[in-house]
Amino acid sequence: MTLAATAGHLAAGPTPLAAASHGFLSPTGVEIAFVLVGLVTLGAAVVTVTTRQLVHAALWLVVALGGLAVEYLLLTAEFIAWVQVLIYVGAVVVLLLFGLMLTRAPIGRSPDADSGNRWAALTVAVAAAASLVWVVVDAFRTTWIDLDGPVAGSTAVTGASLFQNWVLPFEALSVLLLAALVGAIVLSRRAKADRATDTGRPTTPNGSDKGGVR
Amino acid sequence: MHLAYPAVLSVLLFCTGLYGVLARRNAILVLMSVELMLNAVNLNLVAFDVWLSKAAEETLHSGQALTLFTIAIAAAEIGIGLAIVLAVHRNRGTSDIDKLRDTAEGPDDDGPDDDGPGTGTPAAGPAAEKAEATA
Repeated sequence: MTLAATAGHLAAGPTPLAAASHGFLSPTGVEIAFVLVGLVTLGAAVVTVTTRQLVHAALWLVVALGGLAVEYLLLTAEFIAWVQVLIYVGAVVVLLLFGLMLTRAPIGRSPDADSGNRWAALTVAVAAAASLVWVVVDAFRTTWIDLDGPVAGSTAVTGASLFQNWVLPFEALSVLLLAALVGAIVLSRRAKADRATDTGRPTTPNGSDKGGVR
Repeated sequence: MHLAYPAVLSVLLFCTGLYGVLARRNAILVLMSVELMLNAVNLNLVAFDVWLSKAAEETLHSGQALTLFTIAIAAAEIGIGLAIVLAVHRNRGTSDIDKLRDTAEGPDDDGPDDDGPGTGTPAAGPAAEKAEATA
């Protein structure tokens, strides 16, 4: 099927529409911007999963998520972009930083940030990336997104579709958020009650030894 | 825009998150890697929704709606996950997932249900660790 599509594309080439047709080696400005921001995003993501400083990982995650918000803007999904900025960069990263502080993550380089199966993980990730990139590029090499015309993801369009077609999942999602909130509170309260009953336990030699490992 | 650009970026971000989930040892770093994987899925959903909403006459914008739902579920997931990590850190003093091996079956493991009566008493070897794990 891709062969037929390529043949059709080549057949349409000599026509006067050749200047208006898409070229793989003549990217548009949006594509160049997308690739540049994508390189920054991917680099920040790689630093996030490889750095040995735990707080730096959370801060590089901000760069990666912000870069993804810019990619959403380039794909004309404005509402998703601002939701991404508000929730991920604003809330999730702050939660992660709070978690790092509350678990007393070491400031500075921690030698055991990566586990021993790093090379197996790298093999799995590279193999998955290679096979998926091959499949995706082979499947979509003759497909273009038309970014001209009305914006596909403005707030009006997204709100209309969300509250016309997706009302029931939206309400179910609110129930799920409530359940998650109650669950987080219950988990925290029970742990605090347990700690109040036996306060002498962290001073045992085993506890101090386990704390010294980190 | 060529559709391969967002698709390839999404694949690479997903595999970066996959590497992080498999290779990291701190539980919070694993949660960060899970966030990267979820964001890769979101980018795919948005790109294909923009493509299909221009290609089709009538669209439900299902990709963008699902992206919003995924973002909300990711927020719930990170809240619950951090609550669990903090509870584990309070009980055991570590957030190292390589040490949370209570249900692992191995030759050096003699059953997880032999907790001693005194959970606070300092004992020697893996028995104290077991007692602390079941506290």
